[in-house]
Amino acid sequence: MKNYDIIIIGGGPAGLAAAISAYDNGSRDILILEREPVLGGILNQCIHNGFGLTRFKESLTGPEYAYRFVEEVRSRGIEYMCDTTVLEVSTDKQVTAINSTKGVFSLSAKAIILAMGCRERSRGALNIAGARPAGIYSAGTAQKYVNILGQMPGKRVVILGSGDIGLIMARRMTLEGAKVLAVCEIMPHSSGLKRNIVQCLDDYGIPLYLSHTIVKIEGKDRVSGVYIAQVDEKRRPIEGTEKYFECDTVLFSVGLIPENELSKGAGVSLSPATKGPIVYDDRETSVSGIFACGNVLHVHDLVDFVSEEAEIAGVSASNYAMGKGADRRVVSTTCGNNVSYVLPQMLDTNASGMVKLYFRVNKVLPNPTIRLTSNGEDIVVKKKKIAVPGEMESIVLTPAKLQSISGDVVVSVEE
Amino acid sequence: MDRELTCVECPMGCAILVTIRDGEIVSIGGNNCARGKLYAQNEVFTPKRVVTSTVKLEGGGMLPVKTDRPVDKDKIFEVMAVINSLIVAAPVKVGEVVASDVCGANIISAKEVL
Repeated sequence: MKNYDIIIIGGGPAGLAAAISAYDNGSRDILILEREPVLGGILNQCIHNGFGLTRFKESLTGPEYAYRFVEEVRSRGIEYMCDTTVLEVSTDKQVTAINSTKGVFSLSAKAIILAMGCRERSRGALNIAGARPAGIYSAGTAQKYVNILGQMPGKRVVILGSGDIGLIMARRMTLEGAKVLAVCEIMPHSSGLKRNIVQCLDDYGIPLYLSHTIVKIEGKDRVSGVYIAQVDEKRRPIEGTEKYFECDTVLFSVGLIPENELSKGAGVSLSPATKGPIVYDDRETSVSGIFACGNVLHVHDLVDFVSEEAEIAGVSASNYAMGKGADRRVVSTTCGNNVSYVLPQMLDTNASGMVKLYFRVNKVLPNPTIRLTSNGEDIVVKKKKIAVPGEMESIVLTPAKLQSISGDVVVSVEE
Repeated sequence: MDRELTCVECPMGCAILVTIRDGEIVSIGGNNCARGKLYAQNEVFTPKRVVTSTVKLEGGGMLPVKTDRPVDKDKIFEVMAVINSLIVAAPVKVGEVVASDVCGANIISAKEVL
């Protein structure tokens, strides 16, 4: 069985950045395994712009952002295998994979980086009543049809969910000649970025129905229409508020779930809040030598932050493979008021560099005060103009701040 | 007449207030960068957007493309009509012009196809 220092599962933005940083940290024996025919992951179908503003200070399209990393991987001569699906990762870091030239084969590694990304939540997860006709797609599937295959999924469209992919697809379908009749969002606020409401919906006069959901889908062979209704504060449809839209297509943009089947098989502990692995600040999971980064760990709003996180995992995996273990002094991080998750869940207060804690709030909070405390003592206090669930927040801890932490850390956000 | 805008330049989505007197901008506030200021100036009188789409590749497949600069918002569908009439032959590089001077912008490739 062939052995590598580092095997990276997934050749999307997380896997690519992790590979580059591991190489630049001194590792040479690295392999990337990618399920699709080309590297780049989901960025290949995200043809809209707005990527890379944090990292490159310019607005790139998804394929352009991916290209920069693919070029870096190629120029370093890092090995990768496309069209290869990983079937299993074991606790002792053996990887079983399959492709059409080698069949089923096994590899082993000193360190593994999980970078499988996430999946879209489906209609099944929402229990929407009605028929099961053709014409119902997840927004990402529709995006693949239009942008990769050059096929339009339909002409008259209703979109459920105001996540960014749904908003982007509302504009994309409109540009390609479809009529987008409505975007429904069950929450009283959009889960997508405000700029996408403006440039994807408002620019094209597409109505956004907040506190609304689809209550019934009609159609025999093909979708013929949907009923939407307003919902109360408990998200129950309100009788008498139904509206009917004649349409042939329904898109679901109702959230993303980290894809962790392989992680579970490897015995990696998952967090119920993020649905991804529980990690230390160096992105090592509960299994020694298995690291995770990107959307498999928690769903990011911006690819720039995926790259940043993947670089941490790449360096850590590289150090691990070279036998440079960390002597940790670990505290856990927990959610205080109005916080839905904090990542990493475990913090090494002996860390020698800056540590960035990411977290999300669970409701819209104007003029919030963000507070990080340990044993009732304030470690970091900062104010913001606004905090919204759709946008990840962060706190940077310097080594000095880390040293001053005496016990478990609580992150809270108050109005 | 004042205008409240949401900047679309980056994910921060700054709320920008443009104060206008007698058809002239007298102040722009709320933006955190120069991109935001330029966006607000354009947005009040001639809103502009970068258009991204795909063109057909000769022999099958799609090539992602974009305008190399923002075009007038009311010209977006004109740009789309040109984009949808194009067929591009490989090889093509990232940044290569596949159609020039379309509503004041060039259509450039966003992907390398060998």
